[in-house]
Amino acid sequence: MKFSTLSVKHMSAALLATVLAACAQAPAPTAAPAKPAEPAKPAEAAKPAAGNVDVELLFPVAVGGPIAKIMDGYMERFNKANPGITAKATFAGGYADVLTKIQTTVQGGGKPAPIAVLLSTDLQTLLDADLLEPLDGYLAKAGDAYVNDFFPAFMLNSKDKNGKVWGIPFQRSTPVMYYNKAQFKEVGLDPEKPPKNWAELLDAAKKLTKPNGDRWGLQVPSDGFPYWLFQAGPISLGKNVVGAEPNKVFFDTPESLEALNFFVGLSQKEKVHPTGVIPWATTPDAFLAGKASMIYHTTGSLTNILSKSANPADVGVAFIPGKSGFGVPTGGGNIYMFKGAAQAQKDAAWKLVQFLSSPELAAEWSRDTGYVASRKAAYDTEIMKKLVAEKPQYGIARDQLQYAQKELTSHQGAQIQQIYGNAIQAAVEGKKDPKVALTDAQAAADKVLSQFK
Amino acid sequence: MSSKLRAILLGVALLLPSLVFLVMFTALPVAQTIINSFYRRNLATRNQPVWDGLGNYVRLFAADSDFWHVLSNTLFAVAFVVPVSVILAFLFALLLNQRLRGIGWLRSSIFYPTILPMVSAASIWLLMFNVDFGLVNSAVKLFGGKAQNFLGTTNWALWAVCFVIIWKMTGFLMVFYLAGLQGMPTDVMEAARLDGAGAWQTLWHITLPLLRGTTVFVVTVAVTGAFQTVDHLYVMTQGGPNHASNLLLFNLYETNFRFQDSGLAYAQTVVLLLLLLIFTIANTIIADRRSYDAQ
Repeated sequence: MKFSTLSVKHMSAALLATVLAACAQAPAPTAAPAKPAEPAKPAEAAKPAAGNVDVELLFPVAVGGPIAKIMDGYMERFNKANPGITAKATFAGGYADVLTKIQTTVQGGGKPAPIAVLLSTDLQTLLDADLLEPLDGYLAKAGDAYVNDFFPAFMLNSKDKNGKVWGIPFQRSTPVMYYNKAQFKEVGLDPEKPPKNWAELLDAAKKLTKPNGDRWGLQVPSDGFPYWLFQAGPISLGKNVVGAEPNKVFFDTPESLEALNFFVGLSQKEKVHPTGVIPWATTPDAFLAGKASMIYHTTGSLTNILSKSANPADVGVAFIPGKSGFGVPTGGGNIYMFKGAAQAQKDAAWKLVQFLSSPELAAEWSRDTGYVASRKAAYDTEIMKKLVAEKPQYGIARDQLQYAQKELTSHQGAQIQQIYGNAIQAAVEGKKDPKVALTDAQAAADKVLSQFK
Repeated sequence: MSSKLRAILLGVALLLPSLVFLVMFTALPVAQTIINSFYRRNLATRNQPVWDGLGNYVRLFAADSDFWHVLSNTLFAVAFVVPVSVILAFLFALLLNQRLRGIGWLRSSIFYPTILPMVSAASIWLLMFNVDFGLVNSAVKLFGGKAQNFLGTTNWALWAVCFVIIWKMTGFLMVFYLAGLQGMPTDVMEAARLDGAGAWQTLWHITLPLLRGTTVFVVTVAVTGAFQTVDHLYVMTQGGPNHASNLLLFNLYETNFRFQDSGLAYAQTVVLLLLLLIFTIANTIIADRRSYDAQ
């Protein structure tokens, strides 16, 4: 470890010497590396050469696959295209671990990494803790075209209540429904026509379910953050559980109740869904093992599911069915910039942000992980065109984005999410009547949020 | 006079290093925790401490607070895990103390869970308990039972977590008993045999009393271990479903790091400290009385 850091420093010192020598010799701007990468304009590339700038990006791994390796590859390319900057990506656990790491660093009087990937829903928490560096200056320079190219649904959780942008969409996702086409055929369902509404979903699930728990028609994980997949219900009914104000949530609406009743009925009454709380982590395995015919999961698991599947062509991906229309929350992580870094470091960090959110990188990241490419231009790249043509599954989440709404977030967001999630868990298990569970959750949430009026 | 003073000074000097460490790493943090528990400090106060008196404790023990649930779970877990793992550890130690063929294998297989890092052990159990393809459920089905969602059902989750704590801890506790048994004076045993004492009498009247010191230690370790359960929950249940398997230390972690309510977390820490204090004092008193009995 130590040795490699040393050699990197030596290398950059050598680079710096070359650049300085070149500057001294000719008044013309230094020849930038021949790579036609988007942000590497020659004049800008020469500027930070006054000294080597280290940039650390903290990132979480929330889906399966060799994420850390992929990320290291990106950093290598960035560093090659940007002499004078040494970018490093540090894998820091799950989302919660990254947040904890930043908080403990700040509380201990240290400086956090200049940029990190955190949940888009962490925005309000980061604002309340006063940790974020405003991006206004950089965004103004990047121009409206930059921000407007991101899918609007992804920007809903990237802005504060006044519409100011604080986070750049990076590894964003939506829930999708994965279904087993072979099993659809087996029970006489059309594998090219996945269920579009609750009635069709229930009908298909009934046909697909085998007795004794040998196969479930539908499996929706409900541990960890059950609110997320569940939120699709109220959204499809036209009333999201969250609005623009960070101190209000809507848990006890008729729409929320109707969705919960349907959800609870799947296991309690119709017996097409296992009872109790289903683990998020092992649900794709149950799907791959043929134990669950349809599952709800993040689109971020797509690459992993396809690569582990014995017959990838049989993996169907569909919109999450609503009662009559569609609707899903967005999810996943944004890149945030943190206070405390020196100006040169912030500038370098912003370059890295632009690199990571460039259409090409967004397309590659989507291909390598299954996350939705965060911006429209990514889908015009050759990588994405080829990918969607070969594996149409990768286009589904993008098409579903038109129905996507804001993910549940607020002041004390994690706590509020847990309150709603606990209500869902209690109802799914039959421990609480859905109406009582939601009324209690609303009261508990109001109590927490009352601190923030 | 001066020699007495010198002796006192020497005593103080000898104690000083440990005293410094005790104050720095135990007394001061405890005092700080107690003081901090009287301040409200969370995102609503923008992480600034605001004097709140007993406010945190009032919130913690409010009638609708989840803390009651967490507290009763914790007490249940301790009351269940400690006796079971201590008794099992003792029985395993008795078994493994026999001179049998292949005992080495048995010894390492019982001690094996202790060597596994907690998080990997918990991940293994996460899969073992899985309702669709877990080994435990395959066994249940083999014996004609119905597959259970052990970690995802209120009625099972805490039992499943306790089971894993016991599985993990027993081998560790067993080592102390095994050491105790192997260090047992043989002459006492011989005398007992000559006097015609049966195996049961020997165990009850000689082995157990001689192992009292070990038992006190083992119980203390087991109690603190049970109170410190956190990684199991992080991996297996996240305290769910709906707090069914949430325990004090994991709840504390959530309050501080996930919900960033550090004032409340300090109050929870004080409660945890008090509970541990009560257990330690009780354990010491019982141990003292026992040793008088023995004399």
